[in-house]
Amino acid sequence: MSSNDRVSVVVTGLGATTPLGGDVASTWSAMLAGTSGVRRITEDWVNPLPVKIAAPAAADPAAEVGRVQARRLDRCEQFALVAAREAWADAGSPTVDPWRLGVAVTSGIGGIGSTIAGYDTMRERGWDRMSPYTVPMLMPNGAAGWISIELGAKAGAHALVSACASGAETIGYGIDMIRSGRADVVVAGGSEAAIMALNISAFAVMRAMSTRNDEPERASRPFDKGRDGFVLGEGAGVVILESLSHAKARGARIYAVAAGAGYSADAYHISHGSPDGAGVAFAISSALRDGGISPSQVAHVNAHATSTPEGDPLEARALQSALGSAADGVIVSATKSMTGHLLGGAGAIESVATILALRDRTAPPTINLEDLDDEVTIDVATKARPLTPRAGSDGPMAALNNAFGFGGHNVTLAFTEYIPKES
Amino acid sequence: MTDQEILAGLAEIVDEIAGVPADEVTPEKNFVDDLDIDSLSMVEIAVAAQDKFGVEIPDEQLKDLKTVQDVVNYVSKNS
Repeated sequence: MSSNDRVSVVVTGLGATTPLGGDVASTWSAMLAGTSGVRRITEDWVNPLPVKIAAPAAADPAAEVGRVQARRLDRCEQFALVAAREAWADAGSPTVDPWRLGVAVTSGIGGIGSTIAGYDTMRERGWDRMSPYTVPMLMPNGAAGWISIELGAKAGAHALVSACASGAETIGYGIDMIRSGRADVVVAGGSEAAIMALNISAFAVMRAMSTRNDEPERASRPFDKGRDGFVLGEGAGVVILESLSHAKARGARIYAVAAGAGYSADAYHISHGSPDGAGVAFAISSALRDGGISPSQVAHVNAHATSTPEGDPLEARALQSALGSAADGVIVSATKSMTGHLLGGAGAIESVATILALRDRTAPPTINLEDLDDEVTIDVATKARPLTPRAGSDGPMAALNNAFGFGGHNVTLAFTEYIPKES
Repeated sequence: MTDQEILAGLAEIVDEIAGVPADEVTPEKNFVDDLDIDSLSMVEIAVAAQDKFGVEIPDEQLKDLKTVQDVVNYVSKNS
């Protein structure tokens, strides 16, 4: 099919629970205000570790889902369920044929807290004292399963895993489910709950994390010269994807068009991005091509930018290479400066932020950017900035969300403003 | 331990694990059909009951304990 007769996919609902707020509204207002969600970790387990900071979720998901579900769902599944419920309600809790309703919600790691707790219980108290829900709690597809059960979604429940690109990749899969005719509506997103000693140690031993322990709120500083690694965050983001015809038929409020997705693999190193940025540039170009978007339509990019010394300038170079001369008019935001890095949840909450940036025509700030890296020549917003359709562009305003993951995964999602057609 | 005490203790466990209000856990109730408790939660309930009442409930027994009264009887007989 050509892009003209292909099924258009739109976003009709948003949900999020993040270090900045327990829902979309509180997250977005804190983000626009430039609030940091990073805190000093006060639990004893952090004492022997070099990293003593993280961005914990603002709202306890266990309180939201209730006592019984809190026993059966890993924290990452609880986050996903909370965000899915919000997104579903935000979309107007539509009536959908169960066989036309899909779920694509993932996690980068899965229920690692339940894995660790199960192992501890097995060693200390015996195998028969483990929770019989241990397996459904540790599997990375658990959230997709629970959400499908809650909503009666029978078109398929999927969880693509690509480390920190998982959330974005799974939203891309959700778009494909609708385009390919498998579903009319898909609940799509990503979640993570990994703030615990094992994960922080494992990332710290790679020297990937910030150790700015004495200034937690200043630790995540993408594109700044003083950046020294990422800060681990937790939470979930979910979007409701819907075919345009289905959304119009029920009179749904449309946030944006989920116009395109682009993918690549670096095929270079298991945890380092290829320095030439060719893989990232390919993903960006592919998303634009897939969405029929010209570089001059792109007003905003929510960058992957995790605040690592190596990754941020690489992404900036790739943006420049993919967008060419049009890169000069793009306003880039790195919201991990506020939320920390949600791993498999990152691409999902950043998609929510990208869609809201289009809705409000406002790019959120990148906090802690005091001294721009000399290698970075793109325009990074340090304060909330207005977005305007670019002069000379011939289509709706577009915004991109980048997400990259260990393994060499690069994903770009492209969203555009929805402009109703006269017909 | 009287049957009444066993029932009260069991109701507490079912409330804690499956979220069924204790006053709904009455002798004639079937765990699956009436209380909507799945086989995974039954395993948890059995382990908690073993700890609370000091009575071992082997798997082959567990599958025959269909109602609240069945468990009360089993605990009463074996404690």
